[in-house]
Amino acid sequence: MRIRKEMFADERRDDLVLIGKPIRRQDIEGHVTGRTQFFDDHLVPGLLHIRCVRSSEHHARIRAVDTREAERVAGVRRILRYADLPKKAHNILTIFNFGIDDEPALADGKVRYRGEPIVAIVAESLRAADEAVAKVRVDYEPLPAVFDVEEALKPDAPLVNEYIGRNWFRYWGDYDCQQIRFGDVEAGFRQADLVIEGRYQMSPIEHAPLETNGCIVVPGEDGRFTVYTCTQGLHFSLDNVAAQLKLDTNRLHFIGGTVGGGFGGKVDTVVEPLAVLAAMLTGRPVRYVFSRAEEMQVSSPRGAERVYITDGVTRDGRILARKIVHYHDAGAYSRLSTYGTIKSAAHHPGPYYIPNVWVDSFCVFTNRTPSSAMRGFGVTGGDFALESHMDVVARAIGMDPLEFRIKNAYRDGDMKAHRKLTEGAALIECIQVAAELAHWPLSEEARRASSRIGGGGERAQIPPTPKARTRLAEPRARSAALEARRTAAAGPSRAITPPPAWTGGGEPTAGRERVEAERLRTAEPSAPPEQRPPEPPRPTHSHGALRFSSVFGSRRR
Amino acid sequence: MPLQLRTTDTLSEAAALLASERAARFLGGGTLLMRAVNEGDVSFSVIVRTRDPAFARMRTAGTRIELGAGVRMAQILASRDLAFLHPAARAIGGPAVRSMATIGGNLFAEHPYGDFTVALLALDARVQLASSLGVRELALEEFLRARGRSERVLVSGVSFERPADPSAFRFHKMTRTHPKGAAVLTIAALVPLIGGRIVGARVAYGAMAPTPMRARAVERALEGRPLTAEGIAAAVAVAAEGTDPPTDALASSWYRRRVIGVMLRRLLLGET
Amino acid sequence: MATAVEFTLNGNAVAAIAEPGETLLSVLRNRLGDTSPKAGCLQGTCGACTVLVDGEPVLSCLLLADAAAGRHVETVRGLAQGPQLHPLQEAFMERFAAQCGFCTPGMLMAAKALLDHNRNPTRAEVIEAISGNVCRCTGYLPIIEAILEAARRLSARG
Ligand SMILES: Cc1cc2nc3c(=O)[nH]c(=O)nc-3n(C[C@H](O)[C@H](O)[C@H](O)COP(=O)(O)OP(=O)(O)OC[C@H]3O[C@@H](n4cnc5c(N)ncnc54)[C@H](O)[C@@H]3O)c2cc1C
Ligand code: FES
Ligand code: FES
Repeated sequence: MRIRKEMFADERRDDLVLIGKPIRRQDIEGHVTGRTQFFDDHLVPGLLHIRCVRSSEHHARIRAVDTREAERVAGVRRILRYADLPKKAHNILTIFNFGIDDEPALADGKVRYRGEPIVAIVAESLRAADEAVAKVRVDYEPLPAVFDVEEALKPDAPLVNEYIGRNWFRYWGDYDCQQIRFGDVEAGFRQADLVIEGRYQMSPIEHAPLETNGCIVVPGEDGRFTVYTCTQGLHFSLDNVAAQLKLDTNRLHFIGGTVGGGFGGKVDTVVEPLAVLAAMLTGRPVRYVFSRAEEMQVSSPRGAERVYITDGVTRDGRILARKIVHYHDAGAYSRLSTYGTIKSAAHHPGPYYIPNVWVDSFCVFTNRTPSSAMRGFGVTGGDFALESHMDVVARAIGMDPLEFRIKNAYRDGDMKAHRKLTEGAALIECIQVAAELAHWPLSEEARRASSRIGGGGERAQIPPTPKARTRLAEPRARSAALEARRTAAAGPSRAITPPPAWTGGGEPTAGRERVEAERLRTAEPSAPPEQRPPEPPRPTHSHGALRFSSVFGSRRR
Repeated sequence: MPLQLRTTDTLSEAAALLASERAARFLGGGTLLMRAVNEGDVSFSVIVRTRDPAFARMRTAGTRIELGAGVRMAQILASRDLAFLHPAARAIGGPAVRSMATIGGNLFAEHPYGDFTVALLALDARVQLASSLGVRELALEEFLRARGRSERVLVSGVSFERPADPSAFRFHKMTRTHPKGAAVLTIAALVPLIGGRIVGARVAYGAMAPTPMRARAVERALEGRPLTAEGIAAAVAVAAEGTDPPTDALASSWYRRRVIGVMLRRLLLGET
Repeated sequence: MATAVEFTLNGNAVAAIAEPGETLLSVLRNRLGDTSPKAGCLQGTCGACTVLVDGEPVLSCLLLADAAAGRHVETVRGLAQGPQLHPLQEAFMERFAAQCGFCTPGMLMAAKALLDHNRNPTRAEVIEAISGNVCRCTGYLPIIEAILEAARRLSARG
């Protein structure tokens, strides 16, 4: 590692003690001697074990669950059900006053994804629990399921999550997506020599940590519960378990911090609530660990993301306008996807100065496994789309892909679409060094470019920005959904109400720009451009987005 | 029901136990059976195993090779006499799987497993079934056809003719992950040459049908041909004939059919 | 019916009760307190439970405990000689071959099985030796380098 002083003379000190020097992990001696204690290495006698009966259906109403035979299996101590839950639905972000409690820890009369837990068997051995699981009879009434984000947003799509009430998350009280408006993309497309569209799709990715999600809960004499857990966010999980079980936090003692691979997949706090509840109800120590098959099927993956990008470019390689429609497949429940969607919007339009930007990032619910955090979720998928598209556009205009990036890269002093001035830009220099190492020829101009030169001035201005709020048509089943939410335990109603009219109703977006034109409408398309940018939407709840970063350690952008 | 473990001294006792207990399964190396136990398979509750020395015996010196069903992949790899089978044995999992996995268990391994069985099929192996009445023998192909319906038989061993020219035996397993992975497809071929012409070709596939299968059309098309690009062209053209490959997480049925000819050509021409 | 199993564990005679169907992994961890072998999958695919039985690598999650009766079982806990770490352990530490550390005990035992028989392995042989062991953190390269480094040190020692 070395700092390019010729490029960043005043950027860093020379007397760094760690960077560029080999260092040992503080925990590595424990790892190589087998002394590191993961949660499951705490040996507790007299454990009960949990195995869940999981939905075989993607989407179904549950008519009945018959556990009579399962209860008779020798060694079964308790069967946990929806009725046992102190709090009927929960989302891990609502402890920060963000989001909606939308997920019951055990099925509430409906299952919304395959593998969803319906009842939890608590037994003396895993074998006994497995036998009991095999003996539980679930009577399903299958419902139509939706697996595609764009299908899910159609007004007649089956409603996935009644707690949410529509198949997308509504931000800040009144926004159907997390949106960015900067300048006028339509005007930008009109000025452009070429308008190039792309569609990018990522599949869900399972973290597959070597240690599966799990915990051991030991009830103490003092009414406290000691929880040995693999969670990545010890205090975050503690707070969430307390909220979900309506316990004072001082009744929980979490021990952890040693994680057998997390990658973002161990913040959801899915095993701890049921294990603590089982320990409360039985008075016994309880172990709940996902089998490998459960880890692969039901632990939340990185969500599938679909991204449409439309760029307006000049023949000489300037991006004049970029419009992005980004869909996050949250699966059946929010988990952290509501936040991942915010991150994607915050990351777009990539590290490039573009005078006209439009971003719509939707958090969409489908009948797939709930997705959640994984290494830069929202950002990584967005980057995959953005950088793929950069290559596509460079090819279309016959320009070298690195030169094209250098030409459009942020320079210090540039106004970002988020209305922040760029500081400390270094993309140009990174590309130059990478090109040098890869013996990739760059033009004289590209080699002389600098993040310090060419920014600011006119590029520091916030362009006139027409107001345009994206509105989706409400689902037909919406009022039924609200009804259902009230009676969730008994099983949601299926009454169908006529579709509400389209809101807005402006003219479709420009002819060349077909992406989403038939479905998305802008609320005020003909409003005169404002000189001042609209106020950024204020969160209806307090400190939501601000606090995420401190919890997950991801930087705010 | 908690699990029970029964250990017998002889194969015939084990066979009798298996035949009499519906909830019994025989334990070879356990790489599949113990996995089922761990994953909550409660369809069986008795595990039967045997200490019979005949179960793990190897007779490898003569022209007819006899292997007990309890012979492990690692034992095959340790045998110089069986060098021609090393690629097939090495294709089964990593070293730790191979020090446990038996050839008997491999005969029962379901798709996408059963790579060693593919090799045995190309060698036209015969399978010995033990029962309390004695030992019965049948062709491996016949055994595989009946496999699903004969869960509680006990295989005591296999036997096959040593190829006169070991280099006439070829084996290739195509995987998506490297160096190890489950089969996209597996091919074993015996292509003996007499006077530069193939005589008595046998070709077997894995992962190209619900069980390992013989590729009869390919065998017919190879007969009497030289082992050259032109000589095998007709065989490559019919490579997918008679196959019924499954679609799974590793590959689609369509893909397997598409690549089988390519892999067959490479295997026969020594390009793998 | 539970039975007693006796074997040597890292050179010491041990005895434990095992339920029918109980695996060596369970007996080592839950009955003998050696938690160094890990349960990553209980289906043979991850290798985190790898231990040596009579010098051969086995998956302790798939081996019945009593199959180890009368045999020599080795785990990572027995790798160091007193305070003196095994060259594999040293090399793993120096080469950053462990991140979360969950795969490490299994990797080390798979590597030991190789080096016990072969002090001059090729890179391909090292890769083959750990081909049944999954690591989700390191990307394998540091592990391969560490094993090669340990092999060099062992053969230098003679
Ligand atoms: C990580 C991993 C990787 C693997 N990779 C491969 C691979 O690449 N290729 C491959 O082919 N396989 C693979 N396998 C599957 C398996 O290890 C092998 O097929 C092995 O040969 C099975 O033998 P076993 O002795 O372990 O079978 P067991 O688990 O003991 O038995 C399997 C089944 O066969 C029955 N059975 C076993 N022996 C007999 C007998 N003598 N008579 C009657 N019934 C019997 C058992 O009752 C059981 O139903 C892999 C397994 C694992 C865990
Ligand atoms: S736990 Fe034994 S191989 Fe994964
Ligand atoms: S170090 Fe985490 S799995 Fe290997």
